[in-house]
Amino acid sequence: MLRTGCRAAVSRRPPQGSAPRRLKRTPLDALHRSRGGRMVPFAGWSLPLHYEQGHLQSHLHTRSRCSLFDVSHMLQTRVYGQDRIRFMESLVVGDIAELKPGQGTLTLLTNERGGIMDDLIVTNTLEDHLYVVSNASCADKDLAIMRVHGCLNPVGGGKAVSQPPASPGPSMARVLQTGLSDDLAKLSFMNSITTTVFGVPGCRVTRCGYTGEDGVEISVPAGRAVELAEQLLGVPEVWPAGLAARDSLRLEAGLCLYGNDIDETTTPAEAGLMWTLGKRRRMAMDFPGAAIIMAQVKEKPKRKRVGLTSVGPPIRPHMAILSSEGTPVGTVTSGCPSPSLGKNIAMGYVEAAHSRAGTTLTVEVRKKQHPALVTKMPFVPTQYYMAK
Amino acid sequence: MALRALRRVGPGLAPRCPRLPPPLPPRVLAARRLGTSSLVLSARKFTDKHEWISVENGIGTVGISNFAQEALGDVVYCSLPEIGTKLNKHDEFGALESVKAASELYSPLSGEVTAINDALADNPGLVNKSCYQDGWLIKMTVENPAELDELMNEDAYEKYIKSIED
Repeated sequence: MLRTGCRAAVSRRPPQGSAPRRLKRTPLDALHRSRGGRMVPFAGWSLPLHYEQGHLQSHLHTRSRCSLFDVSHMLQTRVYGQDRIRFMESLVVGDIAELKPGQGTLTLLTNERGGIMDDLIVTNTLEDHLYVVSNASCADKDLAIMRVHGCLNPVGGGKAVSQPPASPGPSMARVLQTGLSDDLAKLSFMNSITTTVFGVPGCRVTRCGYTGEDGVEISVPAGRAVELAEQLLGVPEVWPAGLAARDSLRLEAGLCLYGNDIDETTTPAEAGLMWTLGKRRRMAMDFPGAAIIMAQVKEKPKRKRVGLTSVGPPIRPHMAILSSEGTPVGTVTSGCPSPSLGKNIAMGYVEAAHSRAGTTLTVEVRKKQHPALVTKMPFVPTQYYMAK
Repeated sequence: MALRALRRVGPGLAPRCPRLPPPLPPRVLAARRLGTSSLVLSARKFTDKHEWISVENGIGTVGISNFAQEALGDVVYCSLPEIGTKLNKHDEFGALESVKAASELYSPLSGEVTAINDALADNPGLVNKSCYQDGWLIKMTVENPAELDELMNEDAYEKYIKSIED
């Protein structure tokens, strides 16, 4: 799933020399610190980068067992009212009206230039509202958009009424099932229910995540977040995981990080995210920037987001991408050594002519040139769950 | 090294490097005009960028400190210069990569690279496990021994770390 991830860890720019603003703390703050979480600032919040096991072990553990991530910093919004679907569709590119009860979708907020303002998940809940989860780094922007465009009043806004832990990993379903009376086998990827989890009523459980593994996001009422997190962490195979693992996991899964791989200067066509555009919406061209985006689809975008793999020194954001002849053809937007694959992975934008999988390109790493291969994503196969 | 990942080291994190042995008193032979270096063995000295250098028979061995390796996290790749590279003090000579970030390495002195630690190619984690012994990075000549005096001894470095942690 597209989410803002570990910008604090991947950014190479040192912080500006201004007085430090006070950071917001999630309800799990004391829990993180008591478990040796190394706290860092991220999108105005204090969040754990990793814990005592370190980044590498945490990443690998998520792929083999189960990890718990605190994603309370993300913005959650409930949209009520009989016109809520029309309202939502006025801002995003997806077919919201076609969502079945309980079904959610990843979609994009776009602007008049066809650029991506944010990526978010909109769920058509079984109750009387749309449930929207969007990036912490875009919280102010998203709220302003919803307020300016809404003749309705989005509820929940700046006051997060619940705090979602997220728990992905192969053992997740087995661990979580012991705390649920609902049958998890019936809950498919991108679907959402409200239920009691380990004795805490009123939790929203959505089968989605940001790692490529089978995971859930649990939105839990404010006062009981610690209780639920401690129950889950009481299971020995559930480890806490931080921003560092979150970022390397999502990159292995080929998922974009808003601010790195997608932003207001990238269109869904360039970013390879046209699948988020609803079929009906493409025909109707009734979303911000539709004319520009659909024109790009027709004429093919001039640059495209691609995956890259290499060996040797890791590829990092902002490095130049060159053709095998040495001409500049693009820039890296995300990159790290892949703990699961033992080689380097990266994302970047390159001129369309050089974007086919299997193309050999060159990346400039600290003034030396190293070969890189355009590679299809996800780099690591995903494990999303579909009920039979 | 550039420690962008530099964070306060919490009490719960046990250092993975052994404590530094007490520094040996420096022994200086009479200077010879034709000699390249008059130092037989010097105590380990530190830069404010968290590299250390220890000079023996005119050759300096360079690594990063325990403080640096803890802040960096698991090292997964070492970019080191070629033998014969000439470095000025403060020159960037390579980088250590963790999964999340690269940290550049800066030369503590001026000199020429005479050896690099080949063991790090297959075992980059040595930098974390043994930052003062098996995880050494490069060896280099010491063109200007006076530059050593500009570096911090162990006590001064420990004080320095405390001051930046607060």
